[in-house]
Amino acid sequence: MSTYRIQGATGEWEVVIGLEVHAQVTSNAKLFSGASTAFGAEPNTQVSLIDAAMPGMLPVPNRECIRQAVRTGMAIEAEINRWSRFDRKNYFYADLPQGYQISQLYHPLVGEGSLTIEADEKAGIPQDKVVGIERIHVEQDAGKLMHDQHPTMSYVDLNRCGVALMEIVSRPDMRSPAEAGAYLRKLRTILRYVGSCDGNMEEGSMRADVNVSVRRPGEEFGTRTETKNVNSVRFVMQAIEHEANRQVDLIENGGTVVQETRLFDPNSGTTRSMRSKEDAHDYRYFPDPDLLPLELDDAFLEECRASLPELPDAKRRRYVEELGLSDYNAAVLTAEVETFARFETLLAETAKRLGKSEKDVATQVANWSLSVAPGVMNALGDEANPAHATAGAQAAILQMQAAGEISGGQAKEIFEIVLKTGRAPAEIAETEGLKQQSDTGAIQAEIDKVLAANADKVEEYRGGKDKLFGFFVGQTMKAMQGKANPAVVNELLKAKLG
Amino acid sequence: MSVDQTTVAKIASLARIKMSEDELARMAPELSQILDWVEQLGEVDTSQVEPMTAVIPNTLRLRDDAIDADPLTGGDKRDAVLANAPAAEHGFFGVPKVIE
Amino acid sequence: MTELTELGVKAIRDGVAAGDFTALEVAEAHNAAVAAAGELNAFIVTTPDHALAAAEKVDSDRAAGKALGAMAGVPIGMKDLFATQGVQTTAASHILERFTPEYESTVSQNLWNAGAGMLGKLNLDQFAMGSSNETSYFGNVVSPWRHKDGGNADLAPGGSSGGSSAVVAARIAPAATGTDTGGSIRQPAAFTGICGIKPTYGRCSRWGVVAFASSLDQAGPMARSVEDCAIMLEAMAGFDPKDSTSLDLPVPEWEANLSADLRGKKVGIPREYRMEGTDPEILESWERGKEWLRDAGAEVVDISLPHTKYALPAYYIIAPAEASSNLARYDGVRYGLRELPDGAGLQDMYAATRAEGFGDEVKRRILIGTYVLSAGFYDAYYNQAQRVRTLIARDFEKAWAQCDVILAPTTPTAAFALGDKTDDPLAMYLNDVFAVPASLAGLPAMSVPAMLNGDGLPLGLQLIGKAFDEQGVLNAGLAIQQRAGFDAKPEKWW
Ligand SMILES: [Mg+2]
Ligand SMILES: [Zn+2]
Repeated sequence: MSTYRIQGATGEWEVVIGLEVHAQVTSNAKLFSGASTAFGAEPNTQVSLIDAAMPGMLPVPNRECIRQAVRTGMAIEAEINRWSRFDRKNYFYADLPQGYQISQLYHPLVGEGSLTIEADEKAGIPQDKVVGIERIHVEQDAGKLMHDQHPTMSYVDLNRCGVALMEIVSRPDMRSPAEAGAYLRKLRTILRYVGSCDGNMEEGSMRADVNVSVRRPGEEFGTRTETKNVNSVRFVMQAIEHEANRQVDLIENGGTVVQETRLFDPNSGTTRSMRSKEDAHDYRYFPDPDLLPLELDDAFLEECRASLPELPDAKRRRYVEELGLSDYNAAVLTAEVETFARFETLLAETAKRLGKSEKDVATQVANWSLSVAPGVMNALGDEANPAHATAGAQAAILQMQAAGEISGGQAKEIFEIVLKTGRAPAEIAETEGLKQQSDTGAIQAEIDKVLAANADKVEEYRGGKDKLFGFFVGQTMKAMQGKANPAVVNELLKAKLG
Repeated sequence: MSVDQTTVAKIASLARIKMSEDELARMAPELSQILDWVEQLGEVDTSQVEPMTAVIPNTLRLRDDAIDADPLTGGDKRDAVLANAPAAEHGFFGVPKVIE
Repeated sequence: MTELTELGVKAIRDGVAAGDFTALEVAEAHNAAVAAAGELNAFIVTTPDHALAAAEKVDSDRAAGKALGAMAGVPIGMKDLFATQGVQTTAASHILERFTPEYESTVSQNLWNAGAGMLGKLNLDQFAMGSSNETSYFGNVVSPWRHKDGGNADLAPGGSSGGSSAVVAARIAPAATGTDTGGSIRQPAAFTGICGIKPTYGRCSRWGVVAFASSLDQAGPMARSVEDCAIMLEAMAGFDPKDSTSLDLPVPEWEANLSADLRGKKVGIPREYRMEGTDPEILESWERGKEWLRDAGAEVVDISLPHTKYALPAYYIIAPAEASSNLARYDGVRYGLRELPDGAGLQDMYAATRAEGFGDEVKRRILIGTYVLSAGFYDAYYNQAQRVRTLIARDFEKAWAQCDVILAPTTPTAAFALGDKTDDPLAMYLNDVFAVPASLAGLPAMSVPAMLNGDGLPLGLQLIGKAFDEQGVLNAGLAIQQRAGFDAKPEKWW
């Protein structure tokens, strides 16, 4: 249970939050036309006659957009509706050429599902929490209006118009800005795992409509407001915080919250009423007569399911249970697609080179991936070329280290040179003298010298002063300029000292 | 159901059709008459029927995710898209300034 | 040359192919007829050059020994609801005045591919909303027909394909395209003594046709014979991947399979179409129709379509609802008229543009459609209408257990005078009472001329078929055509 409360003048208030996330579906072409979805093109160049709603133009749905939404639904373990339908949402606005948005109201593609946000003590989330997802429907994005290019006109760019969106509607299950933030981050992770949305909030690939109401803890839901199109996790959290406090102030001062659409201002972190949408509440939804009901067959659903990757929760569990990683390491490694992808490649490569199981090398690879390698990279800053950090090079370093050919320190030094130059680790170790001495003959010779020079200490050791063993190791390593394999040194010393 | 002038004014505003009082006054009884007449549908027992979705048995086809595969349904045709625009500037459609 | 305009589609095509005359001669003769028919106001724009260029292409293809298309050398009229590349496409509205598409509708493209040429864009009821061609921004089309003794009162050519019916009846074009949402091919065909068929919903692509009511709109041919309709429909129809409701089926060889031999066929006579107050001459034409079909070998059986009386009210919810949404795109932003009063904001611009750009009937239907879809009314009106539509389709399904094709009158009356019903929208709507049920059920239906009434005006008979069975409809139509011997034509006065 979240303990997040707003302290009002009259007592404590609980916040109730639901999120409607619009996620741009990853596809080449738009939902109902063949125009490209690529970001950042010249205005109105990625617009078909269909997107511009020319007379007589008709929509034909893009299979990939449906497929991605279905896969997303499967990833949140939602019910997939084999029979769904597109509806028209009618309203007039300059970014909406048809005068309606093709969406799904009555029969969405994806029904009830859920996702789990992880416990985060510091953020006030004491334990894992399941957030309900009511539905996912597919719809068209609108175009874009620009207001600052001309003194008396707004300019309309329809490049985004008709791009496929998934609207992912949560239940009003969240109770704090932190929970909402965690939900968004988790949702983004899932979308990126599935590959159905790139999750790029700066480019508008994910936007949230934030529904907020307040109530006395445990009482009935209050009236909610909807703050539209908030485009970062931080802004969503800010918008909730501001909106909840505004509502509490309003109620405590004798006012009532009106159900309305609001706009978030990132500069001030506040929300304000969005009057331009006020008269558009009657959307006159009805089934789009240009489209037939969408019916999905077994083969389609099978393919969607078969193409799903291992999902974040399962992967994290596997890292802990099968690879023996710590909860923390497993969480960090599975948070981002790029992170786990790099880790898994390196893990496989390292295991292969060492002829060991992945489980046997997982901890070493995880430590390397999470602390050693990033440490070296960060220290190098701009000098490092990340492209040189191939799985092959890193596995080669880990292999030499595991074989005792190089020390941990040498591993770092070699990686540093790899990052700067792209040279092969083995060659670096060789030519830069970054290798441990495992040649027993050479070590033996140095040991003999050390023991001869410290005959008194040898006596003391043999007399029972075990602690002196470390001294002999140190002296030998020093004599070897730190390049001796400590394991070999230990072994030889033990044999010699009896 | 008969609709009064105020109702017609509301619908006209929802449909974005400007109407004078005279027009509203003329339209209200006409619409009332039509709506009264269509209301006979209420007599029909439809409790056991689904609303029609596809008049001829047919299922929705899905198209391949290809860009500009057919020039008639693809993009990259800004000139064609803007050709009939009452106000097109710098590659945009111009509309009266909108305050959000 | 004048006799070339007496020829139909088949005669022109075969004559051009045989070298009896050139396609150019045909085009020139028809261009001349178009130019001389201004009084009918049937064209919004004429495109003589289009007709000539198509004809020249056909003549040179023929000279080069190339195979000729099914419509080779046939100049036609194009209802101005079809987008034609580079040629103004208005839907007879002010709001689309001067709109010049950068694209060609699939149906018109199919016709050009088959060797047809375009005489011009035909006048119609604005956005195809009307039954008399009196709602066009570009003025009424006047029927070429006149009362035998009724003076010179201008008659309605029917609607919405009124320009199409007028030019085909008046021998200005051998054929024209029509569109039928609730009777807009069949009713004007009946009013003007020609044939017209609305195929099964989905046969002809809607891509590039200005939408009125998407779930009902179907294009079809209007011509002076059943054979000509078969030929032209074959050229127009076909699967179009750009239209989600297009039927993914091969186009049957309707022309080749025409047969007036109806032995073994059953013709259903729906008892609910015998409505009180129906014109006795209409009933008489219906009786004759039964006789003709019996004579062709068919068995005539009584059938029941119990929900017939609800078809029209259901239609007047569904069609306006879809129209109110389909016509939202006419907003003055991307094409067409823009009205920008001083100081107007975006929403004011919309309201002013649409007030100025739409005619009264279009506004009326947009308002009805907006109302029936608005919050709180959707279920009672729209959903109920779609449920009733299911029942109407079911009525037909049940009827097919008893018969192969249905015979009914096309209209409750012969053509009325322009202005007769303009003050009473409801009376106007009732004109489509026999046509609308087949539209709601998406079925193929055709009107063929049966006889002249006492006023010397044509009456049509309607044939309704099973889904996909245009052939059955055409064959029954052909049987009637052969027996009715209808060869009346309007006397030229324009
Ligand atoms: Mg929303
Ligand atoms: Zn949405």
